[in-house]
Amino acid sequence: MRKFRKLTGQFFPYVILVLGAALILFPVYLAFVGASWDSATIGRGLMPLSPGPHFLTNMWRAWTVASGERVLSIPVRQMFLNSLIVALVVAVGKILASSLTAYAVVFFQFPFKNLFFWSILITLMLPLEMRIFPSYRVATNLNLLNSYAGLTLPLMVSATGTLVLRGAFRSIPREMLDAAQVDGAGPLRCFWQIVLPVVRPNLAALFVILFIYGWNQYMWPLLITTKPAMQTIVIGIVRMLGIAEALVDWDLVMATAVWAMTLPVVIVLVMQRWLIKGLTETEK
Amino acid sequence: MKAAPVFRNRLLPYLLILPQLALTGVFFFWPAAMALYQSMLKADPFGLRSRFVGLANFIRLFHDPYYLGSVRLSFVFAVLISVTAMAIALLLAVAANKHVRGAKVFRTIFVWPYAVAPAVSAILWAFLFQPEIGVVGRALKGVGVTWNPYLNSLQAQFLVILIAAWKQLSYNFIFFLAGLQSIPQSLVEAAAVDGASPRHTFWRIVFPLLSPTTFFLTIMNVNYSFFETFGVIDALTQGGPGKATETLVYRAYVDGRVNLNIGLSAAQSVVLLAIVVLITAFQFKYVERRVHYA
Repeated sequence: MRKFRKLTGQFFPYVILVLGAALILFPVYLAFVGASWDSATIGRGLMPLSPGPHFLTNMWRAWTVASGERVLSIPVRQMFLNSLIVALVVAVGKILASSLTAYAVVFFQFPFKNLFFWSILITLMLPLEMRIFPSYRVATNLNLLNSYAGLTLPLMVSATGTLVLRGAFRSIPREMLDAAQVDGAGPLRCFWQIVLPVVRPNLAALFVILFIYGWNQYMWPLLITTKPAMQTIVIGIVRMLGIAEALVDWDLVMATAVWAMTLPVVIVLVMQRWLIKGLTETEK
Repeated sequence: MKAAPVFRNRLLPYLLILPQLALTGVFFFWPAAMALYQSMLKADPFGLRSRFVGLANFIRLFHDPYYLGSVRLSFVFAVLISVTAMAIALLLAVAANKHVRGAKVFRTIFVWPYAVAPAVSAILWAFLFQPEIGVVGRALKGVGVTWNPYLNSLQAQFLVILIAAWKQLSYNFIFFLAGLQSIPQSLVEAAAVDGASPRHTFWRIVFPLLSPTTFFLTIMNVNYSFFETFGVIDALTQGGPGKATETLVYRAYVDGRVNLNIGLSAAQSVVLLAIVVLITAFQFKYVERRVHYA
């Protein structure tokens, strides 16, 4: 009996893990399969569960053209570049702005410090989705429609980065900075050469989280980009599909979906350790 | 205790906070104030002029049966999405925390949907569940189910919940696994020595110790179901069929973008904010009491 229990103790978690992996991987696997058949086969409902011969041609066609018989879109190449710019600018810009703020809050004393800090913190209460149309008005007033500035600046407003870095900066021993000052280093030099290198793991974690956040944005780019040339890939693919009818160039749509997943997935896989650490240590 | 400042510059700290403060001012305080003000405006049909109408937009909302339907739908979605995503993620985390061969590979598999945008996951599942050409859609037809989420409300709602929960699995998994790993192994072993069954150990020892994680995740999941489902719904159903998947956020978007009724849309943002604040406060007041912080 005990032996039996030990056996099931090994076996049962395995069954769950395999089922879970199937649930996660099945839709993704079928996206690859869909990207490897021609649209006629898919459109007649004849697509098998195994990969077909056209994967590379479809991926290339999506990358360079992306328009087919029933799908009109700009090339993935351009949407991919837009997404990359948005994600990078949001991640780097937000990290830069919030690390400067955190630096001022932790290591300086100045009048109205708390007032300023709280007015930045309060942004946590109201996500962009809730002030979306007024933000859109502001962006049009500032002439930011269809621009990278319009796509990115409003997404940088949030206090999460500031909070995380404030916590990290606080754990830096002050003696380190005092010693550097004695050696003649000014505050900016201390920032670049001591403080930022010390919190590198936190910066890596923030970078993954913010890059994914920027890449996966939906509602804001939907409003702020009216020109197809400025579309991000997540918006582009939804516009491409329109209504999910049988007679769409599914081969192109699924190839674009694969493209849309590539970069964020690679980043998450490569930086998995920092992502997990960053999420679980900062968000609580 | 307040630590003494390290640096004594007077002007520099203001320059340091200036970028973020400017961003917050322009893209947060300005639009937030505008939202509050607009929620009390009514524009003429041509959108040329608007006049102050006080709380009329709010009164109109709460007399609109479709709006009340959206409120109910958002809550039902929030409960079903959160419960599904958290229950499955917990099960996976418990299994992945066991010392079985290949646990690391499985962990990686469960983490990576974190990278997939909600709208893109909607496209993946739409391909599977497409009634005529989708693999699952065809299979359902094969066994005699009249499957068409573009016509059948219940099926559309089911699909939105499925996709939204699927996408959220990895987030919940990451937190549950971290929570499980922080539970001292000695506690679990002591229970086993005392003769407690694995199930007993889990519900009496592990699950209560996980409660801070569960509590945190509940708040995050409810927020996620309110806001992030927008991408799924817009990619898949556009709120339809009829208004079957028109959540609060989607309705606010439709009123602002399609119907160009900025005042009504702004009023909905204010209501939404109130709902989110109330839910969070409720959770802190009544649920957090049951949480055991170690």
